[in-house]
Amino acid sequence: MTDVSIVMLWTDILLWILLVVFIFGIRSIRRSEQARKQWRKIFQSKIAMAAGLILSTYFALAMLDSVHFRFIEQTTSVDHSAVEPWSLQALQQDFAEFTGNLVHDELHGKTLSLLDLGMQHLILSTERTYSAPFALTEYSTSIVYNEEGVQQQYKLLKYAGQHLQDGDTISADVFLQTLYVFVFSLFTTLVFWLVHGYFRIKAFIFRRAGQKLEPLPWKTFYLTLFMLIFALSWLYHLSNFYHVLGTDKVGQDVLYQSIKAIRTGVMIGLLTTLVMLPLALFLGISAGYFKGLVDDVIQYLYTTLNSIPGVLLIAAAVLVMQSILNTHNDWFGSTEERADLRLLFLILILGITSWTGLCRLLRAETLKISQVEYVSAAKAFGLGGFSIIRRHIMPNLMHLVLIALVLDFSGLVLAEAVLSYVGVGVDPTTPSWGNMINQARLEMAREPMVWWSLLSAFGFMFILVLAANLFSDRVQWVLDPRAH
Amino acid sequence: MSKLLQRNYEYPVLSLLNLSIQVGEQTLVDKVTFDIHKGEIFALVGESGSGKSLTSLAIMRLLPQALQITQGSIELQQQNLFDLTEAQMQGLRGKKVAMIFQEPMTSLNPVMTVGNQVAEVLRLHLGLKSKAAKQKVIELFNEVGIPEADQRINWYPHQLSGGQKQRVMIAMALACEPDLLIADEPTTALDVTIQAQVLQLLKKIRDRRQLSILFITHDMGVVNEMADTIAVMKQGKLVELAHKELFFANPRHSYTQKLLADAVPKMQDKQAGSGEPLLSLKDLKVHFPIKKGILQRTVGHVKAVDGVDLEIPKGQTLALVGESGSGKSTIGQAILNLVRSTGGEVEFFHSADDSVTMNKLSDRAMRPLRRKVQVIFQDPFSALNPRMTISEIIREGMNSLQVGPQTREGQNKRIEELLVKVGLLPEHMQRYPHEFSGGQRQRIGIARALAVEPELIICDEPTSALDVSVRAQVLNLLHELQIQYGISYLFITHDLSIVPTIAHRVAVMQEGKIVEQGEVEQVMRNPQNEYTQSLLASAPELVRKALKVA
Repeated sequence: MTDVSIVMLWTDILLWILLVVFIFGIRSIRRSEQARKQWRKIFQSKIAMAAGLILSTYFALAMLDSVHFRFIEQTTSVDHSAVEPWSLQALQQDFAEFTGNLVHDELHGKTLSLLDLGMQHLILSTERTYSAPFALTEYSTSIVYNEEGVQQQYKLLKYAGQHLQDGDTISADVFLQTLYVFVFSLFTTLVFWLVHGYFRIKAFIFRRAGQKLEPLPWKTFYLTLFMLIFALSWLYHLSNFYHVLGTDKVGQDVLYQSIKAIRTGVMIGLLTTLVMLPLALFLGISAGYFKGLVDDVIQYLYTTLNSIPGVLLIAAAVLVMQSILNTHNDWFGSTEERADLRLLFLILILGITSWTGLCRLLRAETLKISQVEYVSAAKAFGLGGFSIIRRHIMPNLMHLVLIALVLDFSGLVLAEAVLSYVGVGVDPTTPSWGNMINQARLEMAREPMVWWSLLSAFGFMFILVLAANLFSDRVQWVLDPRAH
Repeated sequence: MSKLLQRNYEYPVLSLLNLSIQVGEQTLVDKVTFDIHKGEIFALVGESGSGKSLTSLAIMRLLPQALQITQGSIELQQQNLFDLTEAQMQGLRGKKVAMIFQEPMTSLNPVMTVGNQVAEVLRLHLGLKSKAAKQKVIELFNEVGIPEADQRINWYPHQLSGGQKQRVMIAMALACEPDLLIADEPTTALDVTIQAQVLQLLKKIRDRRQLSILFITHDMGVVNEMADTIAVMKQGKLVELAHKELFFANPRHSYTQKLLADAVPKMQDKQAGSGEPLLSLKDLKVHFPIKKGILQRTVGHVKAVDGVDLEIPKGQTLALVGESGSGKSTIGQAILNLVRSTGGEVEFFHSADDSVTMNKLSDRAMRPLRRKVQVIFQDPFSALNPRMTISEIIREGMNSLQVGPQTREGQNKRIEELLVKVGLLPEHMQRYPHEFSGGQRQRIGIARALAVEPELIICDEPTSALDVSVRAQVLNLLHELQIQYGISYLFITHDLSIVPTIAHRVAVMQEGKIVEQGEVEQVMRNPQNEYTQSLLASAPELVRKALKVA
């Protein structure tokens, strides 16, 4: 008998709220013709299309990793025969049995996310210590006592390459598996293409006569989609048989860590902007519109905040936060919750220290817009300050906000890595690229060098940041009215 | 006559033959041919988008990359410019052909002294040493009429007035004794009195140096003042080319005739109106404090408006004329309560004996009066919120001030009516401002003001950003609306030529004070005040003749 309980972490809740906001944003874009045209124009660039797809894959993985469960084995056994078939109780029992089968016995009682459910084999296949990608033995020799006496030898890995028969080579096996994955990805892409084709034909038939739309680069879309599916399923499929990206010091799979780190990176990139945005918008617009004393106070505030070195301020805040957490053990039930709370605080601290740039930008733009004649016209119509801000100033600032958000995202993902490296980042138990890089500091000094941890963290982070930067370039080009 | 004959034996300084410029499939300049002779002022006239500036850029070979010269040739003293390399061309620009631009503010480098900027040209093209260059700069400054030249060479652009900046630009252009000077709307951004001075200067330099000038402008008055030969461009084509006397005496092309007719002020028959007062200003003062130091102490005041008395009767138009900085726009804003007045009264008359003092009211008490007084702005591009559709823009006032129908369908119907009334189409409702031309946007601005059924509209230079023909259309529209609804206008302008067309009365403003006011004909034909006289004397001859100024 197993019982499932959903675990609500703070950051999970915030991320899902963000998703709801995002969906509302898309709805409002769909409703406004001008916005729809602009977004269509953004995706008309091949690079933006590819980058957008990669970004959404990252976000999808982060979302999957943000639904947490706990499976608890119940010791009291229930008599099956006592329950009537097809009653509510029976259904509950069946469900419990079903969920019990979802999770490996060893993982009962642990907090798992939806993503973890699919990657249980990676959690369980923990080796003793370092092993290189696709290796069958450990990376360094160990002393073994056997019939032949004391020997130094590379010990075999417990989980890698167990399916290989005598005489099979790794390369031949990998080649075969790759071929299999290739056919699978081709087929999956084809299914996507067919479903999408059906909707496109339907849309084409019902389109108003004479309405001409600029074509989107679907070829690039499907090429990227295919490459993404291929890369992900290759990694996933082969991870069943090998440690594709090797293992770390305590034998944990590096691929698993890298993928789990996506959530941390995306969380910090997205949620920080969520914290920062209201502050920057409210203070920036107030300073620019009301001027005078309000402006002076806000300007002094951000000038002061800006003149303290960022890392110093964050380090100080994190240290304070740590000591607070240590004295309030009742705030969290488990280590996961503690780590999550720490992540949340880090996000808050980053948000509170990074609003100044955008605020300054918004203040300057508001100053400019509030002098423009359509604002005077609105005043001549007797509109109040709040209505003028809402109807005339905010809409004309939105492109700035959007550009700043997309640009900040990549900066924040990188900031997480830097802060963890300095030692004031996320909890050491939280999988994050920054933690991986921090560990790699020692690994790089070993002889022979352990390179795969750093490389994996670098690769995953690089793709995310590059995609975000390329996408933001395009967003900036399309949305900035001065760019044309 | 002897001058003309003499010219025929010389080769032209500049000769364009069948010049065509295209972008993609679209032809922007279509087979333009003309010659400019030594010592000739050649005016190229046309409205915005007619291709006149492109032609001048082609002569400098400074066309943007996307544009292509598809045929034709440009010869400068029998040297085909298209045969030269870019390096040779660089040597030519500034030395043989010089250019002055419309906006003296942005054409000078703000972080270099003006003397250095001129000296740089001398050093570059003539290889003068710093001392000789300095001497030459002082000579040039004296020639273009900058007083205390040996002091002012060390000044920065922001320390000079607009007219002086334009003089510096001219000095820079003259520095290397070019054969041809291209002047691209050199006086459009200047006040009338300064415009007259700059035009005088250019003529004097032409006489002294036998310089050829390609004068690009849209202002027929200026053309009449300056040009020897005139070419009119319309949509990339040269439609008329004639000597000045012939051109003004007998314009042949219908477009030229229309341009000339629009440029000349007309005394229009105007409805008298009831003559009852609608708005009166009594001793209105608007002073802006000058604050200095860390504590922002007020150390003095800028007296933008300093004791102004005006009266606007019902159904009539009062034109407020003055140069930039005279405080005329501030009066408009003070009436609208957009700036707080320091003293005096703005009185609005509901009827002859029921009046409110507007500038003493709080924002809340002002609201019912907002629908009575509306405003139209100068720049049609910044007057409309780019993120709102036309229907939203017009609807805003109706919702905010509770005027007209309050249901959505009723409002839509009213917006359609308003659009038709100002000469637009009902289907324009759902479009955004960027889809319209300047004239159309100005019409939308008028529709927005009309939506709340105002009794007074403050027109703050509503036509100064528009082409001549569009200007005439907008003025006509305003005139018709006045006849139809009996609206009063306060028409703020610096352009004397439109005053007789639109106004019943005129007030002349200088440094925050009204120096003269009265009936249009009386003030225009027989000005009493010295300043009014100098303003009218500075107006181009074409305007003066039509006004029959004594």
